[in-house]
Amino acid sequence: MFYSNLKRRNPDEIAQRVVQDIPEGAHVNLGIGMPMRISNHLPRNREILLQSENGLLGMGPLAAAHEVDTELVNAGKQPVTMLPGASLFNHAESFAMIRGGHLDICVLGAFEVSVNGDLANWRTNDDDAIPAVGGAMDLAHGAKLLFVMMDHLTKNGQSKIVNRCTYPLTASRVVDKIYTDLATLAIEDCGVRAIDWIPDLEFDQLREITGVDLLAPR
Amino acid sequence: MIDKFMASAEQAVADVSNGSTILVSGFGGAGLPSCLLAALVRIGAKDLVIISNNAGNAGNGIAQLVAAGRVRKIICSFPRQPDSGEFEKLYRSGAIELELVPQGTLSERIRAGGAGIAGFYTPTAFGTELAAGKEVKVFDGVGHVLERAIRADWAFIRARTADRWGNLTYQKTGRNFGPVMATAARCTVAQVAERVELGSIDPEHVITPAIYVHRLVKE
Repeated sequence: MFYSNLKRRNPDEIAQRVVQDIPEGAHVNLGIGMPMRISNHLPRNREILLQSENGLLGMGPLAAAHEVDTELVNAGKQPVTMLPGASLFNHAESFAMIRGGHLDICVLGAFEVSVNGDLANWRTNDDDAIPAVGGAMDLAHGAKLLFVMMDHLTKNGQSKIVNRCTYPLTASRVVDKIYTDLATLAIEDCGVRAIDWIPDLEFDQLREITGVDLLAPR
Repeated sequence: MIDKFMASAEQAVADVSNGSTILVSGFGGAGLPSCLLAALVRIGAKDLVIISNNAGNAGNGIAQLVAAGRVRKIICSFPRQPDSGEFEKLYRSGAIELELVPQGTLSERIRAGGAGIAGFYTPTAFGTELAAGKEVKVFDGVGHVLERAIRADWAFIRARTADRWGNLTYQKTGRNFGPVMATAARCTVAQVAERVELGSIDPEHVITPAIYVHRLVKE
């Protein structure tokens, strides 16, 4: 498979790509897994307020060893810090904030995203797996813009961008942009548009790997 | 004189009976009322229904209750953790029932329970497996799911400071479900790190007003 030797974006590089699309003053929630890496890449010259579903607005970077407080954690239960100006609130308030349309952007991981923006990220079809949903379904509906950050392909080389999700849905028609190790894509009314991709690929190769119709950049 | 402080955690949970439904605060370990759970492990009530964000992990109090076979059902949003083996074993063998609820729906169901609201419509989970069998309705073109309120026999929560009336403040993200759960139980028991004099918490800074708290235990 020709794509096995590609120079891909590593998770930090994907995080840096996402950050380019987060403007000054944005209120942003980061899902567990790969999106949490974004908190360590926020630019110093832009003020961005990170919301954590467990009741924190103004979340700072992950805590260094000497800063660890077990009562101050992010959605993945990792110790974090608070920025000056942070606020704390209870869970019902946090999810009222989330569902109420107050977040500008939410970044989630995914198993699959369909061409019309359906998101599958909470359970696989493995009967033995323990189902767990957390805040994903609330976040998918509540944020004004939903970004997905994920690997472009499964471990078996199958595209995670599909015509129709095969895994149980988290929410329908919610994803706006997809950031992967190979490319940045936008879900538009007329289809999936390629925004940018790694230098090792031509557009036609990206389209072939992705396995769904892709629109060329505007 | 009102004094809701009790001598020990055992005393505070001694009358939890078999079959009780218990709200347990905490997000992972943050805000988890570990002293109350340890006392509950010791007193031996069984056939319990536990409502919490997680299903216990790393041998914590919920994990111990689960491992001891004392929990009939867990209502939670995220039972899958790298170290939640006790729950996973029983779940796979069918020995424990799981009601999986999206996290915001869980907190709002509890809020509704404490606020005298029977149910509410939310877009969360519309069109997914987690809405199966539930009444749905379209508002302004958006599908919504009818969710019912949750009330419980008990709420076990953790707070930072309490006065003898039961006014509470919390510790950072350890606050999480505590203030909401406190409102939705017949008897709310708060485990607190510090007891302070009545009047020493600025009324502007009280997070949970005393009316919601029935028993207090100093850690």
